[in-house]
Amino acid sequence: MSESNKNSSRPTKFHISGIFDALMPIFATIAALLVGAILLLLLGANPITAYSALIEGAFGSFNAFAETLVKATPLLLVGLGTCIAYRASVTNIGGEGQMIIGALLSTWIGLSFTNLPGWLMILIAFLAGSLGGAIWGGLPGLLKAYFNVNEILSTVMMNAIAVQIMNYMLRGPMIDPEQAQAASQIPQTARLEVAYRLPRLVPTRLHIGLLIAVVLAVLVYILLWRTTLGYRIRAVGQNKDASKYGGVDVKKHIVIAMLLSGAFAGLAGMMQVYGVNYRMITDGSATGFTGNAGFNGIVAALFGQLHPILTIPASVLFGGLLVGANAMQRVVQVPSALITALNGLVVVFVVSSDYFRKRNQAKRVAFVESGQDTQPPGEAKKDLEEVTA
Amino acid sequence: MISDLFTATVLIGIISSGIRLATPYLFASIGEMFGQRSGVLNLGVEGQMLLGAFTAYYIVLRTGNLFLAILGAIAVGALMGLAMGFVTIQLQATQGIAGIGFYLFGMGMSNLLFEKLIGVVENINGFPAVKIPLLGDIPVIGEIFFQQNLLVYLAFLLVPIAWFVLNKTTLGLKIRAVGENPAAADSLGVSVVRVRYFTVILGGILSSIAGASLSVALLNVFQQNMTAGQGFIAVALVYFGSWRPFGILAGALLFSMVNALQLWIQVLGIPIPSELAVMMPYILTILVLTLSLSKGKGPSALTKAFEREG
Repeated sequence: MSESNKNSSRPTKFHISGIFDALMPIFATIAALLVGAILLLLLGANPITAYSALIEGAFGSFNAFAETLVKATPLLLVGLGTCIAYRASVTNIGGEGQMIIGALLSTWIGLSFTNLPGWLMILIAFLAGSLGGAIWGGLPGLLKAYFNVNEILSTVMMNAIAVQIMNYMLRGPMIDPEQAQAASQIPQTARLEVAYRLPRLVPTRLHIGLLIAVVLAVLVYILLWRTTLGYRIRAVGQNKDASKYGGVDVKKHIVIAMLLSGAFAGLAGMMQVYGVNYRMITDGSATGFTGNAGFNGIVAALFGQLHPILTIPASVLFGGLLVGANAMQRVVQVPSALITALNGLVVVFVVSSDYFRKRNQAKRVAFVESGQDTQPPGEAKKDLEEVTA
Repeated sequence: MISDLFTATVLIGIISSGIRLATPYLFASIGEMFGQRSGVLNLGVEGQMLLGAFTAYYIVLRTGNLFLAILGAIAVGALMGLAMGFVTIQLQATQGIAGIGFYLFGMGMSNLLFEKLIGVVENINGFPAVKIPLLGDIPVIGEIFFQQNLLVYLAFLLVPIAWFVLNKTTLGLKIRAVGENPAAADSLGVSVVRVRYFTVILGGILSSIAGASLSVALLNVFQQNMTAGQGFIAVALVYFGSWRPFGILAGALLFSMVNALQLWIQVLGIPIPSELAVMMPYILTILVLTLSLSKGKGPSALTKAFEREG
C-alpha cells in the first residue's frame, strides 16, 4: 500500500481526478443550495429572487463586501484553529467558549488600564485574547492527552462554563456602569478607549483584523507543512501508534494542537470586541456574543478541506452567506435561519463526499500498482456494485 | 434568606421539578446510549431535539391533539435518524462532524419554521399532570413522584426497559457485539449495518421526543434554541453514566436537580449568583470524566465506521 492511499500528507494533490476531488466541497454547496431552493419554493418564495438578493446583499456593493469580510474574519480565525486541531485528529468544538474567554480576558485588561498607548494595549490585548483561548482549549487538550477524556465532550462542557462566566462577569463585576444604573440591565461592558480600537482599513466597519488573520493563515500553512512541529502534529493525527514508534511525543502534540487551536479562537473573540463592537455584549447565550462563529468557523475549515489557505476563501463565502441572509430575509421574507440550516447541510454533504474521494483515491492507487492507465468499463461497474451491495 | 430553601414546601417543589426536568435528558441520553453502544456517536441530538420540539408544539397549536404531536415528533426524529444513519453508516462520514452538521441543520430549520409559520411565542395546553391513584395520595412522595405528566412517567420507565433490552435480550446482545467488535459480529451473521440503522433511528426518535417533552409537557411553549445545549449535555451524560441506563439516570437527575435548585434560588431571590449554580454540573461532569478513566471505557468500535474486508 502506498502512502497516497491514506490521507495524503500533502494538502492538495493535483492528479487529473484530483481536481474532481478538490471540487467536492463546491458540489456539496451546490447540493445544499438546491435543497435550499426546494425549501424556498415550499415556503412560497422564488429561489432565484432569494438567491440573487443573497448574493447582492453579500457581494453587491463595497459596503456589503466589507461587511462580509468583517463576518469572515472570526470564521477564518476559528477555522485556522480547526485546521490545526483536526489535523492532529482532535475534534475541538469549543470554539464558542474559547472565543468568549479570549474576549473576556482581553476586555477586562482593556477596561482596567485606560492610559496606555493604543498600540501597546492592542498588542497586550492580542496576547491576552490568545492566552484566554489557549487556556480554554489547552485544558481539554491536557485532559484528552493525559486522562483520556473525550475532547468533544469536554469542549462542549467548557463552552457551557464559559457562557456562565461571561454572563456572571457582564451582569456583575464588568457591567457597563450605565447599564448597572438603568432598568434594562443589558449584560454588556463599558466601551473601550478610542485609542484601543483596532484601526479600520477603509471607511467601513472593516478592521485590520482581517489582514492579520490572512497573514496568520499563511503562517499556519508554513507551520503545518514546513516545520517539524507541524509535521509531527499531522503525524499524530494520521497514526498515533506509528508516531509513537517514530519517537513523537503524541500527548505533548495533542496539547500543543489544542493550545494553538484555542488561541486562534480566543483571538477571534478579542477582535469582536476590539475591532467590531468596542465592548463585550451578549444576550445571555453564547451566540449572543459570538454570532455562532465558533461553529461556523469549523464549517469554513471543513469546506476548505482543513487547509489554512483554502480556509480564507471558504470564510469569505460563509461570511457572505451570513450577511446575504439578512438581505434575503428583507426581500423574500424568508427568515435568515435558512442559511444556518443550509450551513448544516453543507457540512453533512462535505463529510459525506469524503467517501467518494477516498474511493477515487483507492482506485488511483490500484491503477498505479497494476500499471493500468484506464479502467475497463466492466471493472468500474463491478466496483460500483460492490460498494452499493 | 437561604433558610427559605429548607422549608418543606420548597424542598418538595425543588425535587418535584427536578424529577420533571430530568425528562428530556432521559429520553435523549437513553437514545444516544443505544447508538453509542452500537458504535455510532450522534452529536446532532440538539438539532433533533429542536426539530422534535417544534413539530410537537406546532401540531398542538394547530390541532390541540397531544397524541398526534408525539406521533409527529416520532416521524421527524426517525427521518433525522435515518439521515444520520445514511451519512455515517452507508457513506462512513466522520461521525462527530456529521453530527455538528445535523445540529446546525436542526437549529436552522426549527428557527426558520418557527419564524415563518408562527412568529410569536404562544402558550399551549400541553400534557396535564396525571395523579396516579393511591400512590399520588401518599404525602410528600406522592407529590414528588406521582403527580407528574405522562411523558415524565414514560421517561423514567424507559430506564429499566433500556437496561432490560440491552442486557437481557438478543437484540441487546447484537447491539453490544456490533459496538465492541463489528467484524466478529459480522462473521457470526449479525448485520452491522442493520443494527446500527436501528439504534441511530431509535436515537433520533427518542431525541425528538425529548425535545417534544420540553415544548408540550414541561414548558408548553416553543422558543428559538429552547433546548439551550441540553442535547449536548445528553451526549455527555452517556459518558458520565458509563454507557449504562442507570448511570445515565443518576447523571440526568444530577443535572436536573441542580437546574431546579437554581430556578428556585432565582424565584426566592436568594443572592447567590445563579450562573455559579448552573455551571456546577458541567464542572462536575468534567471531573467525573477525568477521574473515572478505568471504568469509563466506551464501546471499542465507537466512532469507527464498519467496512467488510475483502
